[in-house]
Amino acid sequence: MAALRTVLSRVVSRHTAAILAASSSCRLPVSSSVLLHRCRSTGAPDEDVTLEFFRPETSSVPSLMDIGTRRIFTEDHDIFRTSARRFWAEEVVPHHAKWEKEGQVSREVWLKAGEQGLLGVNTAEELGGIGADLLSAAIGWEEQSYSNCSGPGFALHSDIVMPYIAKYGSPGQQEKYLPDMTAGRKIGAIAMTEPGAGSDLQGVRTNAKKDGEDWILNGSKVFITNGWMADVIIVVAITNTQAKSAAHGISLFLVEEGMPGFKKGRKLEKIGMKAQDTAELFFDDVHLPASALLGQENKGFIYLMQELPQERLIIADMAIASSEFMFEETRNYVKERKAFGKTVSRLQTIQHKLAEMKTDICVGRAFLDQCLELHNQGRLDSNTASMAKFWASDLQNRVATQCLQMHGGWGYMWEYPIAKAFVDSRVQPIYGGSNEITKELIARHIVS
Amino acid sequence: DLDGSHLVFMHSLPQLCKMANLRILVGVKRVIDYAVKIRVKPDSSGVVTDGVKHSMNPFCEIAMEEAVRLKEKKLAKEIIAVSCGPTQAQETIRTALAMGADRGVHVEVTGKEYENMTPLHVSKILAKLATDQEANLIILGKQSIDGDNNQTGQMTAALLDWPQATFASELTKENDHLKVVREIDGGLETIKVTLPAVITADLRLNEPRYATLPNIMKAKKKKIAKHKAADFGVDLASTVKVVSVEDPPVRQAGQKVESTEELVAKLKESGVI
Repeated sequence: MAALRTVLSRVVSRHTAAILAASSSCRLPVSSSVLLHRCRSTGAPDEDVTLEFFRPETSSVPSLMDIGTRRIFTEDHDIFRTSARRFWAEEVVPHHAKWEKEGQVSREVWLKAGEQGLLGVNTAEELGGIGADLLSAAIGWEEQSYSNCSGPGFALHSDIVMPYIAKYGSPGQQEKYLPDMTAGRKIGAIAMTEPGAGSDLQGVRTNAKKDGEDWILNGSKVFITNGWMADVIIVVAITNTQAKSAAHGISLFLVEEGMPGFKKGRKLEKIGMKAQDTAELFFDDVHLPASALLGQENKGFIYLMQELPQERLIIADMAIASSEFMFEETRNYVKERKAFGKTVSRLQTIQHKLAEMKTDICVGRAFLDQCLELHNQGRLDSNTASMAKFWASDLQNRVATQCLQMHGGWGYMWEYPIAKAFVDSRVQPIYGGSNEITKELIARHIVS
Repeated sequence: DLDGSHLVFMHSLPQLCKMANLRILVGVKRVIDYAVKIRVKPDSSGVVTDGVKHSMNPFCEIAMEEAVRLKEKKLAKEIIAVSCGPTQAQETIRTALAMGADRGVHVEVTGKEYENMTPLHVSKILAKLATDQEANLIILGKQSIDGDNNQTGQMTAALLDWPQATFASELTKENDHLKVVREIDGGLETIKVTLPAVITADLRLNEPRYATLPNIMKAKKKKIAKHKAADFGVDLASTVKVVSVEDPPVRQAGQKVESTEELVAKLKESGVI
């Protein structure tokens, strides 16, 4: 019955559901013009209808951020989302302005997140993670975007860094890092980009030379999320200068804070994401034990290619979620703001822009949910992930620009949430594989 | 040194058993979410509930939290979460399980019977359930934010002939009784109730925890037993008929007066004095 319900709720429109229900002699109320408003998943119009668990999509409920929506999620996800939303509102939002001034969040919030089971969500329980599905991890990313607090690098830590260790790490490495990372006691980062190489990943110069069984690491990295606070960093380095291509000579290393020769330069002063402790890192003859090699020698590039789709999916999902947030924030603003004797929301130009934005965002959300569902089943290919990444981040920036404009002068003020969301959105088309690079990859697949 | 300590251990075992001896029944009600703007149905028969966001009654959350804290202090050995209502009530029970209840009981009440269900019906169900389950502590919210009846706890205690401590803002277990601080009109009142007892939770009793993801996942494995009201010998025939439900009258604007004389004059004019 439950399986049938799930299948039906996914493939059947409400109208068809009504017909099906009627034909199997279940009665729908006469007033079936009842709109499914802010439904929880169990928004049954009448107790007698067996198709009770009909989850509406974001396009037909009062707010794009309502809990109890989207058919890819279940009621258990709703319970988690409610908790997550409360965590961001109570533990992060009140401190975020202070953290923006300091250029980093507190260690306490990492520990608190660990206590609440918000870190390592998708890492297997046997390895020290929470062991929940990818959709639960996605709830974490989305609730961060809904709270408009870009400071904490939880998503990178849990769903970019930890998967490398879970998949390619030795049992010793997994045991050493994963439980502590789930608890928030150790903060993770990954260092790919260098001052001279970003999109051109094969142009990295940081290198590790063999020294007996050990390695000597030299080089520098820049724009590293969580870089300043990180306790363990996955560093991308050349290990075979004679390789036929740079891609075949790259390895990954686990470098720890405190290792001699490893220095964190400074927190970088960005135009947005002010509370995020993005930093530059320097490696000066850092002695790495053999146990610091992550996975196999010279296989690093393959690992990166395998993990980048998830990174792109995260960026894309947070882009749509941020767009949903900016839309609701702006809708509330224009309904209050008065000009020329009426609220700004009464102006047709504003109304049409809101209609266009909502439609774009809902279309984007539909695609993203499809990607999330595919990835949850292990079936998301890298091209689709790349498509989601560039399209969603471009949408986010268009929405950000329009929404800031609708705020008028107040949109230019740092104290207004839309201002922060606007600057935060600007980096999305850049990192995680610039949108230009993603288009390269998609095109190769089309014309080859 | 086995003998001496062995004997001591045996002697204190009954005391140890006494410690974790509470089996707590917690009522959790599914109500319209506090943040929702309530709308009255066009036919004045009630408020619109279709498609409206529902969640656990806030006072039930506080009741549930208190039960979990007692279990964490090793004073309770089992928590049973119970809800009377339609299928959707199971979500509320699952939230209770995610907060720390050990198992759930869903008493299925639907349609007209659900609309006509009153605190007396619920108390009868809870009383029978408590007896069947050998519960020795019932914790409920002081009232639900939809009915605002503030009756269920009191009625349940009366039906069971158990002592009650309502509007609890502090609860401490002392040997075989509970010390309860109650919020009353005049301030705070401290009473002792022997067990078994019924407690109703007031706002300041505690702050409910988040349901953490590990606990939500553990909750999936916990059982929810399904029953009907008849299983407890309770007849849900309605004893109360709702004649009409209306919006409260729109608040009229007040009047400002300049002096006490004017005030008295206006009061006399309106026939108030």
